[in-house]
Amino acid sequence: MSAQPRALPSEARIDYVLQLADSNLILGQQLGALVGHAPALEEDLGIANTALDLIGQARHLYSYAAEVEGRGRTEDDFAFLRAERDYRNLALVEQPNGDFGQTIVRQVLFDAWQLELYERLQHSSDRRLAAIAAKGLKETRYHFRYSGSWLVRLGDGTAESHARVQAALERLWPFTRELFDEDDADRELAVAGLTPALPAVERAWSDRVSALLAEATLARPANTPFRWFGRRGVHTEHLGYILAEMQHLPRTYPGARW
Amino acid sequence: MNAVADTFAATSGAALEARAWAALAEVEDPEIPVLSIVDLGIIRHVRAGADGGVEIGLAPTYSGCPATEVIRASVEAALGSAGLAPVAIQEVLSPPWTSDWISPAGRDKLERYGIAPPAESVSSPRQIGRAHVALNCPRCGSERTRELSRFGSTPCKALHRCDECLEPFEYFKCI
Repeated sequence: MSAQPRALPSEARIDYVLQLADSNLILGQQLGALVGHAPALEEDLGIANTALDLIGQARHLYSYAAEVEGRGRTEDDFAFLRAERDYRNLALVEQPNGDFGQTIVRQVLFDAWQLELYERLQHSSDRRLAAIAAKGLKETRYHFRYSGSWLVRLGDGTAESHARVQAALERLWPFTRELFDEDDADRELAVAGLTPALPAVERAWSDRVSALLAEATLARPANTPFRWFGRRGVHTEHLGYILAEMQHLPRTYPGARW
Repeated sequence: MNAVADTFAATSGAALEARAWAALAEVEDPEIPVLSIVDLGIIRHVRAGADGGVEIGLAPTYSGCPATEVIRASVEAALGSAGLAPVAIQEVLSPPWTSDWISPAGRDKLERYGIAPPAESVSSPRQIGRAHVALNCPRCGSERTRELSRFGSTPCKALHRCDECLEPFEYFKCI
């Protein structure tokens, strides 16, 4: 670890890597639930492929966390054998799929964040994290083009589609504060050069989202004092159900193999 | 070791590597069997080990591509039947694979197979942010084509249609 500019406890590194991995896994799992249920075959494919990329990135991240931890855990142990409070995902991604408009709004807000984050994280002092971000960035750009084009079509579509995505935006917007709220742990990571400073990510995200909302003829909701702390393990009522379904098999049949 | 033995070791290492490359050139991409994994550009390095085995550097195409695991198994099997063992597969994430790694021969094979190859280079800074490129139909060559679906049957492909011959075709995405 002598290559690091400043000594960072490995717990802080693992915690951060798990935040990214968990958000990807939970969103991937949520999108996976739409396979066979999307409004059209093309959207089924788009959603399934996005889920696949997100889960693939999560696997790289879990494997890395397992290596740093060095206690013999595997990517599967992280995904299937941790309890709700140990999960570090953003509360945004555990919000229900809702209608297609809500799925798309959640995806746009997430994709725009992940895109701006990966753009900067590919220059992280942590070379492994940088490599995962550089690889994921190309996929995330593609996801954003997909979710963004749907947001424009729905927002600038019929009165019904416009009203639905605007409502979804109002509902999900408060959860975006968590993407940028910086605490001491975040600042420590940024000082160590591991992660970008969150205010810079927020400005870029905000510009990107505002431009897209304008194109989609949607009104940008105001920021409110509402806060949630999924990254610190405090979750909304939805995550428990997601984990119950996702973890059912490995917990009921420990060690089960395909 | 004397100089003659050194030379011999280097030659046999090179010979091992050449045999490994030849074996790898026979390994098909499980989702696009017309392409070998060498055409696809996912073999980053082949290194002969002192024990007569080889180390292969493998770059995944998409982070979550399910074919990656099949490819690993096929690589081990192909090298094993070429008498090369033990095989160590190292995953290479950096620099990331892009569609620019597909060889010219691979692009030709794709087109003949009916999949339009990536239309542009993603490594050139001039291309970044460009949204639309005219694609030629791999069946009739017409430029009158359009995108039907940005995602297709595998992570690496999108679905397009030719308005001239009216046939749908797959397009290998630029990424």
